[in-house]
Amino acid sequence: MSTGARRALVVAGLAGLGLLAVWAVTGLPDFGHPIGRYGVLAPQVALAKRHVTDAVGGVTFDLRGLDTLGEELILFCAAVGATVLLRAERPGEEEATEESQRVPPRPAGALRALGAGLGGPLLVLGAYVVVHGHLTPGGGFQGGVILAAAVLLVYAAGQLIGLEHVRATTLVELAEAIGAAAFVIVAVGGLVFATAAMANFLPFGTSGSLLSGGTIPVLNIAVGVEVAAGITLILTELLGRALFDDREEDS
Amino acid sequence: MVLAPLAVLVPAGMACLFAALSPFISRRPGPISTAAAVATLALCALLLGRTGERIVVWFGGWEPRHGVALGIDFAPDGIGAGLALLVAVLGVAALAMAAHLIAEEDVLFGALTLVFLAAMIGFCLTGDLFNLFVFFELMSVAAYVLVGYEVRQRAPLEGSLTFAITNTVGSILLLFGIGLLYGRTGALNLAQMGHALAAGPADVLVVVAFALVAGGLLVKAAVVPFHLWTADAYSVAPTPVCILLAGAFSELGLYGLARVYWTVFHGALGPHEAELRAILVGAGVLTGLVGAVMCAAQHHLKRMLAFATIAQVGLFLIGLGLLGTDGVAGTAVWLVADGLVKASLFGCVAMVQHRYDAIEEGELHGRARALWPVGVLFTLDALLIASLPPSGSFLGHSLVEDAALKEPGYRWVPAVLLLVCGLVGGTLLRAAGRVFLGLGRPAPRDADGDEVGEEDTQRERGGQRGRPSVWLWGPSLVLLVGSIVWGVLPGVRAAVARAAAGFTDTAGYAREVLGDAPLHPVAPELHAPGVTAVLYAAGSLALALTVAAATLGRTDTLPRPVTRAVGGLRALHSGHPGDYVAWAVAGVAVLGGLFAVLLT
Amino acid sequence: MSVLPYLVAVWLLAVGLYGVATSRHLVHLVICLSVAQASTYVLLLGVGYRFPGRAPVFADLPPGTSVVDPVVQALTLTDVVVEATVTAVLLALTMRVQRRFGTVDPDQLGALRG
Repeated sequence: MSTGARRALVVAGLAGLGLLAVWAVTGLPDFGHPIGRYGVLAPQVALAKRHVTDAVGGVTFDLRGLDTLGEELILFCAAVGATVLLRAERPGEEEATEESQRVPPRPAGALRALGAGLGGPLLVLGAYVVVHGHLTPGGGFQGGVILAAAVLLVYAAGQLIGLEHVRATTLVELAEAIGAAAFVIVAVGGLVFATAAMANFLPFGTSGSLLSGGTIPVLNIAVGVEVAAGITLILTELLGRALFDDREEDS
Repeated sequence: MVLAPLAVLVPAGMACLFAALSPFISRRPGPISTAAAVATLALCALLLGRTGERIVVWFGGWEPRHGVALGIDFAPDGIGAGLALLVAVLGVAALAMAAHLIAEEDVLFGALTLVFLAAMIGFCLTGDLFNLFVFFELMSVAAYVLVGYEVRQRAPLEGSLTFAITNTVGSILLLFGIGLLYGRTGALNLAQMGHALAAGPADVLVVVAFALVAGGLLVKAAVVPFHLWTADAYSVAPTPVCILLAGAFSELGLYGLARVYWTVFHGALGPHEAELRAILVGAGVLTGLVGAVMCAAQHHLKRMLAFATIAQVGLFLIGLGLLGTDGVAGTAVWLVADGLVKASLFGCVAMVQHRYDAIEEGELHGRARALWPVGVLFTLDALLIASLPPSGSFLGHSLVEDAALKEPGYRWVPAVLLLVCGLVGGTLLRAAGRVFLGLGRPAPRDADGDEVGEEDTQRERGGQRGRPSVWLWGPSLVLLVGSIVWGVLPGVRAAVARAAAGFTDTAGYAREVLGDAPLHPVAPELHAPGVTAVLYAAGSLALALTVAAATLGRTDTLPRPVTRAVGGLRALHSGHPGDYVAWAVAGVAVLGGLFAVLLT
Repeated sequence: MSVLPYLVAVWLLAVGLYGVATSRHLVHLVICLSVAQASTYVLLLGVGYRFPGRAPVFADLPPGTSVVDPVVQALTLTDVVVEATVTAVLLALTMRVQRRFGTVDPDQLGALRG
């Protein structure tokens, strides 16, 4: 179709759809006065039964835990997908040696200092957000993204991450798969140790303390690991594997 | 109690395990992925055995209180568990073939396919609308990656891109509809939503929400005008992925629509059933005819099969759109039978492509004589699509015809079914004749340059001269036989009738899920195919043979206006994602408008 | 205006979809998809808001206080993750397209017709 015809079609379609949608939303309850008891019962139940003070965390990882499992698997697929789709991008032998011999320009001193200074605190902040997800706003997904940002910060400040004896990308791929597997294992654990899949089978503790909520903190940590690794993997592939110093350890 | 969650958790867990092991495995992993799929198959089969009555499993042990569902449930009944089993069967076939077809197959392909299977099984079993959306998205993301798996060629990029963009737009529309429904009902559980909507007025919000939800699901189901992504994606995806896409992915879109209608909207929209029936059957007829015509115009074997799938989806939508228990039963039988046949067809096409490195009718003309056993399989499959008795397709076709004839004003439907089946079957027979026997004149090159399949054909693992491996023709044969057996097994009609009665029993579903004693709906009497059915089947077979003979003989016999019209239709399938999105938006707007006018 | 948040959601949806259909650059198209998806976040969160609007975190609130709906927040969280991952996959495909064809204009990509 020509550009003009396409534009006309989509404008006509959106005009109709927009009109219908506007008409439909006038039928919603007034803003600020929702109906329905699910939203009222859920925080009460999460607090009373599971002793979690962050109701959103309770809903995400306990009441609607299966949705979170699906969401985690989506991230897993996307990380694997980025690897698969971009692996043909990786340079062949000659290009790789050529790249390793090319010295990138040194970033500014201020940038490197900031990166060095902020890297540690970001890691701590990420870990804190992951672990306290059942008490205060946060949780596995949010904390995992902060942890991935710490890795990206190191890259932006001009350093590469290299490890001895194991390729950094292998470690990240492993971490991602283990995080996803851990979630599935806890879900199956519900079947084994309690009556239903995804049941919360660890002791609930007292609300407000770190060891409360049963399996919720465990799931938070699993998700945190998986999201951090998954986002790092996606960024690694999109940036052409420039985050990690993978060149020397093929021994 | 245990089987339903395990049917999803086992393949998902194995997929994560394989991905964790992937950096350490350098050999080709073929059998372990297939073994995992077989385990899933066993779980689904056991689950089907238990679903005489509906099973309700609440995750996390969160039973509903006072009629408010707090957690997520799986509520498999006969139809849901049956579809899950079909998905598992196709998954085993796909993974069995993958080891021999995909050049760069490694553990990650197996992991992604297992996640794809887990998502589809979860989609079939769930009883919660947002959970349905999550599994819908998981299916989609896994599919985007799998379609683009052989990414070195040129065309897979475009097919995967348009597929991803169009389906994402569909999922956005679906989620918008879910938001509207949550605002109105305050619930996400299908049964609870149905309760809440039935108690209130069926106003514009309900109807627009239905249009948006239906729009999202119909994009996946590949109903016209949301179908434009299908041929592009199928023509570039590796064959094992095509098997899953053709046999299960689109059919699950229709299943989702039927499930959501019967549990959520039936109570509210019940008074306007006749208008809704007209709209759905109309959409089905349009899809069937467009699919059949486009199929006949194709010379690329995989695109031909893609349009055949679209045509069949149209026929299934007619069966479901009759909004009756008989229609649901007939469609369920037909869907399973045709899913198996299409998988077998893709297997045959893969064997030909693997051997001769070409996929166009013109390039393959007469070259596949050495593969004549594959030709026999292909021809049998084509005849089954044209409803060769006795088979699952014939049974399903006849049940849908009976359902249509029972509905006053829809007596013309069997004629449309005959036309579409005949045209599609005839096109496939023509292809078989050209490729395997060298009959007729070689097909012309497409002027628009179907460049897929030129130098860059998928280099599926190279150079197997001699007979195709048993892992390639074995699954095709088994699937074909399975489709025939499905139609003649005693007890199938009664079991499916019972399952369909449970599926369409809105009140019963609500009671069972929200905690009351189950009702026992009356299962309809489904008659064995009688004389009418045999006559219609004979008609469709005759049409198929005529079409095949006519098009084999001469290639330029159609009158000018027809060729121009078909050319215009083909031009709409332009490969440009913006076009596809524009048509999808327009389609949802039209659907919403029709609903708003006719259903409020 | 108690429907204003919902009207914002409808506007975002319309604008996003218009951008997707008429885009001349694949990265722009992917961002427009994010905009369209953002309309669902606004709709969900708007539907769950409850006056007087306390956050559903009881670390400093007495149990039983009226809070906003945490269920829609969980749904929006899922939605955000889904959108981020789809964006990642689409961008990976876009990078491949750029490498292979040298262009990211959808109008100029034309291998699949008919």
